[in-house]
Amino acid sequence: MRIGYQEVNFTGHRRIATAVNGTVPSPVLRWREGDSITLRVINQLAVDSSIHWHGILVPTDMDGVPGLSFNGIAPGETFEYRFDVKQSGTFWYHSHSDFQEQTGMYGAIVIDSRQPEPFTYDREYVVMLSDWSDEDPEKIYAKLKKQSHYYNFRQRTAGDLWRDLERQGLKQTWNQRAMWNRMRMSYRDISDVTGYTYTFLMNGRTPADGWTGQFKRGEKVRLRFVNGAAMSFFDVRIPGLEMTVVAADGQNIEPVTVDEFRIGVAETYDVIVAPKDDTAYSIFAQAIDRTGYARGTLTPDPSLMASVPEMDPAPVLTHADMGMAMDHGAIDHSMHDMDNAAVTTAGRVGHGSTEPIVHRATEFGPQVDMRAEDPQYRPDDPGIGLRDNGRRVLTYADLSNLYPSPDPRDPEREIQLHLTGNMARYMWSVNGIKFADSEPLELEYGERVRITLVNDTMMNHPMHLHGMWSDLESGDGAHLPRKHTVIVQPGSKISYLVTADARGTWAYHCHLLFHMPGMFRTVIVS
Amino acid sequence: MKPIKKHICIGLLFGSLGVWTAALAAMEDDPVLAKVMIGQLEMRAASGDNPLVWDDVQAWVGKDLNKLWLKTEGEYVNNRVEELEIQLLYSRALTTYWDLQAGWRRNIRPEPTRDWLALGFKGLAPYFFDIDAAVFIGESGRTAARLEGEYQLLFTQRLILTPDLEINWYGKDDVGAGIGSGLSDMELGLRLRYEIRREFAPYVGVNWWKKFGDTGDFARAAGEKTDDFQWVIGLRAWF
Repeated sequence: MRIGYQEVNFTGHRRIATAVNGTVPSPVLRWREGDSITLRVINQLAVDSSIHWHGILVPTDMDGVPGLSFNGIAPGETFEYRFDVKQSGTFWYHSHSDFQEQTGMYGAIVIDSRQPEPFTYDREYVVMLSDWSDEDPEKIYAKLKKQSHYYNFRQRTAGDLWRDLERQGLKQTWNQRAMWNRMRMSYRDISDVTGYTYTFLMNGRTPADGWTGQFKRGEKVRLRFVNGAAMSFFDVRIPGLEMTVVAADGQNIEPVTVDEFRIGVAETYDVIVAPKDDTAYSIFAQAIDRTGYARGTLTPDPSLMASVPEMDPAPVLTHADMGMAMDHGAIDHSMHDMDNAAVTTAGRVGHGSTEPIVHRATEFGPQVDMRAEDPQYRPDDPGIGLRDNGRRVLTYADLSNLYPSPDPRDPEREIQLHLTGNMARYMWSVNGIKFADSEPLELEYGERVRITLVNDTMMNHPMHLHGMWSDLESGDGAHLPRKHTVIVQPGSKISYLVTADARGTWAYHCHLLFHMPGMFRTVIVS
Repeated sequence: MKPIKKHICIGLLFGSLGVWTAALAAMEDDPVLAKVMIGQLEMRAASGDNPLVWDDVQAWVGKDLNKLWLKTEGEYVNNRVEELEIQLLYSRALTTYWDLQAGWRRNIRPEPTRDWLALGFKGLAPYFFDIDAAVFIGESGRTAARLEGEYQLLFTQRLILTPDLEINWYGKDDVGAGIGSGLSDMELGLRLRYEIRREFAPYVGVNWWKKFGDTGDFARAAGEKTDDFQWVIGLRAWF
């Protein structure tokens, strides 16, 4: 594999992408469970690079995170990745150096199973979703630091105020606005970086072009969705077709049929569709903030195109998304200043944490703008913009492992981590402490631990733990779905269990590219 | 070196730091960045020659929590700088929305030059008011205080009305500088800008100022106006 510069043109302007083997997205890698893989990666960039195999269980020195797994791949050098493939399903790979991922370095990995699969299909496609910007990611990051709402052109206006006053009067409007005004936050702050600069891509095709996949009537088509975007969540549907979700993050689940699903950055979903008619269908992936979409077409005939649906209205945050207390408050200012979170004995596996929410002293200061008072455990919440939209929307509560959990133990302890930030200063951290100032999180080899993530911000954060599965407590404790990336909704909490079965030094971070530098922890399993 | 040249040099220093630091901003979570902000750069319609006025012109270099901060305001009329003030401050983030700023202020025009120690708070108050409030301690027991406030009213995402207010107060008379003790002057503005890009917004507006008390008396004695209402046309920009 060759990492190099490649001229691309997604917007009418020629730009230089960082690409693997000259393509954006990078080529699909097809492996077979049980294979021994050797990949020689040569870096032809002028700067260091790396490739991380996202969701693949590899030895710690093959994980591709510069500074943790290895030193990165210097310009002109070749690095040989060697590992055995112990799993099957849909995964992906991307650069873990600088902000190279946004400039084109992401591709899908498809691993065929040794065993017959528990579902059938006649053909399959990878559907890679991503976001492209003509701006250098470093520039985007600098702009966000200088003016955090730079890309948000959905702010509240005088007209909105007037409409609210007309509709509900002064008192109600005042009461409704007071919290946001006092907190100095915007209820219309959904994505940090929007369609103002991003062109959303499906398999590298712009919305104007669209990606096309063919089928024959009566066929079952497996679509392997991967969100390889830098900063964008997508809500995916195929009007006219129901989708049967058969795998999440590459792992088979109890099939569930939906009209729509949200795919966070770095997640993957496998769905099977069975078009019964000789018509074309739009695969429609609107960005969570509705500032744009990626699209494609499933069609029996390339000349046959489907209409593209309108985007839904832009969502707004509610009090619940801010973790506002409904009847009881949380505990402020307590415990010690240690980075490692509150460690307590943990309850039984299944429905998540019942531990009290503790905001540590480190969460107070200029680096943090809010603390969820009463974050709810709500895996059955489809999330902002998808609630009560009249469609069957996948939620985490629908995810149930097709097989019994390989490690049925109850957790021995619980680690509570708070996702924190200051949107206005554009600073991100965990427990109020950014990566550069943090201590590693230590796990004991072999232990079963519950990690509870509390979202003290108003953004969705897709949290990715390298090297080990995140067994999501979505309901059925005996069939926990195994994920590598877990969305933590704003103002909520969510728990998963981790079996520390991989020795070494691992990365643990928010997969939003511009949150990652701060909202990051090293995990050491020893 | 003449004071004005010296200040141009400080400006160039900031500018070159900005170019230099842009190259360093990689995956570092907290890169050294630089920002230049021109809050108001405008022509004012006055009864005599139309002055070119800059106010709220600022630049910073630094990281998330610690910055070196430059502020300047002044007036250029009749081919000469009539008013010029600069401040060089260290800015430290104190709370979520407030920075503590401390340093040096120098009033260069009108002469005589006055130097001050500056201590202030700059930030975003509840209900989204941008506030800059500072006290100043000068030579010979001189003291001063200043409050500036600004609000952004969005008609659309790009058409924005900004009311702003500035009040100055001085502790004692400074006859040489034409300043009297107590509330000395106040300025109110209303500017409607259009953000062609976030960084570039021409505007039109009105500006009203008045000198009070002894300061007003000094102005009257010098045959100057003590208040004025002006139409303005200008540019707000940052990079």
